[in-house]
Amino acid sequence: MNALSSRIESTPLLKVDGLTKWYGHILGCRDVSFDMRAGEVLGIVGESGSGKTTLLNCVSGKLPPSAGSIQFETSRFGMSDIYAMSEPDRRRMQREDWGFVHQNPRDGLRMRVSGGANVAEPMMSLGGRHYGKMRQATIDWLERVEFDTGRIDDRPANFSGGMQQRIQVARNLIHGPKLVFMDEPTGGLDVSVQARLLDLLRELVRDLRLAVMIVTHDMAVARLMADRLMVMKSGQVVETGLTDQVLDDPQHPYTQILVSSVLQI
Amino acid sequence: MSEIHPPLIIVEGLAKTFVLHNADSAQIPVFKGLSLEVGPGECIVLAGASGVGKSSLMRSIYGNYLPTAGSVRVLHDGAYVDITTADPHQVLEVRRRTLGYVSQFLRVIPRISTLQLVMEPLLENGVAVEEARERAERLLSDLKLPQAHWDLPPATFSGGEQQRVNIARSFIREYPVMLLDEPTASLDAENRAIVVQLIRQALARGAAMIGIFHDEDVRDAVATTLFPVADFRVAA
Repeated sequence: MNALSSRIESTPLLKVDGLTKWYGHILGCRDVSFDMRAGEVLGIVGESGSGKTTLLNCVSGKLPPSAGSIQFETSRFGMSDIYAMSEPDRRRMQREDWGFVHQNPRDGLRMRVSGGANVAEPMMSLGGRHYGKMRQATIDWLERVEFDTGRIDDRPANFSGGMQQRIQVARNLIHGPKLVFMDEPTGGLDVSVQARLLDLLRELVRDLRLAVMIVTHDMAVARLMADRLMVMKSGQVVETGLTDQVLDDPQHPYTQILVSSVLQI
Repeated sequence: MSEIHPPLIIVEGLAKTFVLHNADSAQIPVFKGLSLEVGPGECIVLAGASGVGKSSLMRSIYGNYLPTAGSVRVLHDGAYVDITTADPHQVLEVRRRTLGYVSQFLRVIPRISTLQLVMEPLLENGVAVEEARERAERLLSDLKLPQAHWDLPPATFSGGEQQRVNIARSFIREYPVMLLDEPTASLDAENRAIVVQLIRQALARGAAMIGIFHDEDVRDAVATTLFPVADFRVAA
């Protein structure tokens, strides 16, 4: 009944405590606390403006919070507060341990270099120097995300939305991250491409035992991908629990509206 | 064999009331003060008319619905886990290895082949691909699902075929505890008999089951006890 019951580790990989973000006097999100474990997919749902993306940006190290802490089990330093680390250390940790899949592939890709170079770049930035090995790894990953490797040397601008998104997924997984953030990863795609990409993401998450924090407003995507859901409204978490429990027996008035508003086909 | 086995499921004082916040906070009470135990090799069949709360009870036991009061303890790795209070990671772990649920409907995952769907629960539990494939193929043949269908996603299958995929997906894991919500609803007599056979095999290896069956033949063939849910109904 749940989307994906992969093996989940017992010790936390990520600990978020009392996270609050103000934009001046406007609230982004308030007092959000949760933890995540290896192999766990956490879905963040809620309508536009509910603070999902603010939360994702704060947790992923892009937006310093106004209050609260974010601790992550880094490969290099063990459990560390990511905003207490030096800027170079944090950036290096983000490159080594994390991935970030944007809704719009243009935000996550370099549009002026080839698709293959986009996928190989994380290996280079982590010290890879052997061109032949990196090219082979790139081809392997492009096959894994079902990308036509004959077009490896074309630029992303010449790819369809679905192809660009596959390149972005490969680029964010090739270096073996522990935690991947996804912001509406299938949001801009038509439904047939969306279904295929979701299948692919599910498989990769299971095989690589990734932890994933995925923001979506699509309840079907949430059900398919997430083990656990956090429902946000006006910057606060109003309900949290097992995905199927939150969707099938929602407790909070807002979640009840959200779930009952989904159109049936 | 004379030693007394502990129950695999202990439900105590369970209550469920739905609150519809967007309909003037209407309260819909379903049941309260409900208790039951199921031991190895037992199949308790929930009895009662439609709307009496059989599925709500089943879903509360699985952790799909959040009960209003009471506890649901499931024997997992030699210790009881209360599904109503365990954290989500623990519930998922119990569902992955101990507690299986067969619903009437196959929740189709787009574009995944039937064989892959049936293998998936084994792969999630670390069974090697080759063995998973063999076991999945054997079960699908036992369920008489035409081999030509195995590589196709089940979205376009008939109701009875989808139902059998669903059953294969659930029985392949050999869960110690199984919840069966009308698994034979859209099957013909021959296929019902095959499912009855699967249920009996599972009981023989010591599984504990709670089932809902509208079909009397199936119910009589597998039930060890009938449990009248209506006795715990709350007067609205």
